[in-house]
Amino acid sequence: MRGERLVKLGAIAGGAALVVVLGFTMTDYHQYQGGIVAYYLIAILGLNILTGYTGQISLGNGAFMAVGGYTTAILCGHHGWPELATIPVAAAVAGAAGFLFGIPALRLAGPYLALATFAIAVAVPSLAKRFDHFTGGSSGITLPIHTGHYLYWASWICAGIGYVVAWLVLRGRTGRAFRAVRDSEVAAVSSGVNLASYKTLAFGISAAYAGVAGALLAIGAAYTNPDTFPVTLSLYLLIGAVVGGLGSLWGVIFGALFIEYLPIYAQKTYFGFAFSKQAPSVVYGLVLILIMLVAPTGIVGLARRLRRSI
Amino acid sequence: MQQFLQQVVSGLASGGVYASLALALVLIYRSTEVINFAQGEMATFTTYVAWQLGHWGVPFWGAFFLTLAFAFVFGVTIERVVIRPFERGPVLTVVIVTIGLLVLLNGLDGWLWGAEIKSFHSAFPTRPINIGGVAFSLQDIGVIAVSLLAVFLLWLFFRHTKVGLAMRAAAVNPDSARLTGVRVGWMLALGWGLASMLGALSGLMIAPVVFLDPNMMQVVLIYAFAAAVLGGLQSPAGAVVGGLLLGVMLNLLGTYVHPVTPELRLPVALLVLLIVLLVKPSGLFGRAVVRKV
Repeated sequence: MRGERLVKLGAIAGGAALVVVLGFTMTDYHQYQGGIVAYYLIAILGLNILTGYTGQISLGNGAFMAVGGYTTAILCGHHGWPELATIPVAAAVAGAAGFLFGIPALRLAGPYLALATFAIAVAVPSLAKRFDHFTGGSSGITLPIHTGHYLYWASWICAGIGYVVAWLVLRGRTGRAFRAVRDSEVAAVSSGVNLASYKTLAFGISAAYAGVAGALLAIGAAYTNPDTFPVTLSLYLLIGAVVGGLGSLWGVIFGALFIEYLPIYAQKTYFGFAFSKQAPSVVYGLVLILIMLVAPTGIVGLARRLRRSI
Repeated sequence: MQQFLQQVVSGLASGGVYASLALALVLIYRSTEVINFAQGEMATFTTYVAWQLGHWGVPFWGAFFLTLAFAFVFGVTIERVVIRPFERGPVLTVVIVTIGLLVLLNGLDGWLWGAEIKSFHSAFPTRPINIGGVAFSLQDIGVIAVSLLAVFLLWLFFRHTKVGLAMRAAAVNPDSARLTGVRVGWMLALGWGLASMLGALSGLMIAPVVFLDPNMMQVVLIYAFAAAVLGGLQSPAGAVVGGLLLGVMLNLLGTYVHPVTPELRLPVALLVLLIVLLVKPSGLFGRAVVRKV
């Protein structure tokens, strides 16, 4: 047990060192991509707390990213706030939205919850177009432009904080309650877990993470409009969470790397054979189905299984 | 009054499209409690097949029936190959698999046929017809007729054939059905085939109106979800009534309630979905499910 703990600490230190080194050595373009990986990581971390640890499926976390993104864009673009100062506000606003959504969602389970969350993800672009007074409608809101270096550091520092917070939340009483709700609601209630408050809490935390990710997305793109947060964003987050492994904090990084880099590599030419622009979607879909078939616990679960069998 | 009648008829036409797809969702949900998020993309794929057949010179009605036949085989194959391994899995797994299918088919459409919009011929003339001083579009009336006919045929099938009876038995009580010799697995696959045909029908009817592109059915799928939930996810009759009701309601709201701009059609449908889920999750026609713990 002790050895395992040392290995884990070593992995964390190594990972953190790698992030820092890359932040000084990579080209600006690659740092920009690295920043995107970090905010995907934050969003997937949030989704994992809700879906992986508490067992409540959400196909709509992209909607909470939109809430965070628009909070940042409005404060920064319309009211002249400094970008970084808007991130906590984006987390709070999105978190509150998630908490509020979590209350009616208490009545829904399984496929019904999937439907309801899918519905909010689909509604976001049309709502942003309708209430153009706040959101700038289709023409969107422009933010100050930054370097890839700036996004990289902003995102990874947020990701680091997010990781530590997630670990602290999940290791103790709250995390135990989350897992109890996931594994058996009946058993959880009979051992004194308040179902309603823990479920809404999970929604709130998950949405706050999404809000931070959305804020960083807006800062990185230096622009938001209704199509910045399409339905596919929510679906990609789910894909990322599943690829990494639901219910594991380690896998999140693989999920984030996967959804950021797969489209980039899938569009290159291999052996003279060029895939189409649509190839990433085909691969995403195939991978998602195959993972559910072969390794429903994602990359981390697969690694764990391999280690046991050796 | 004239405007009102026109809006009702065109609402019934879009409602017919929603109803077909909603019925497809209900057929699958009833037998396996799976919500098929890929239903819309399956419909888009089959509509592309119809377009391709037309492109090769097959006359419209020939392409129409060939496409329906293809859709049936397509649905059965998907159930057998992709869904079957997860039949007894947790809800989350099955939902994720259908989402994988959604993303996969959407990419495949774009890969095979390109992302640009294609025009699609309608089976019915677009000229208006005059009934009692009110002009209705022939296409709307044709769409309403086709959807009602499809629902009627399906009803006949389930009510009066042995296979239909076996399928109902497999949906209501798989274990007992199996004991009486019904091949439950194949009945489920058959259900997917029929659902895929209904989806193809809705795709073929909506394509002339909104034009064919890989994302054509995404919005229709949401309306179909709302319609199915409104009628009760367990109830085929409810899906049809829900679809027609939703079509008419959205049209009337759009015409007479000014804050409801075209952008708000979708959110309003979603609001309907959310309200029904929260207030009466069993819908208008469904029975509440009592769970024993």
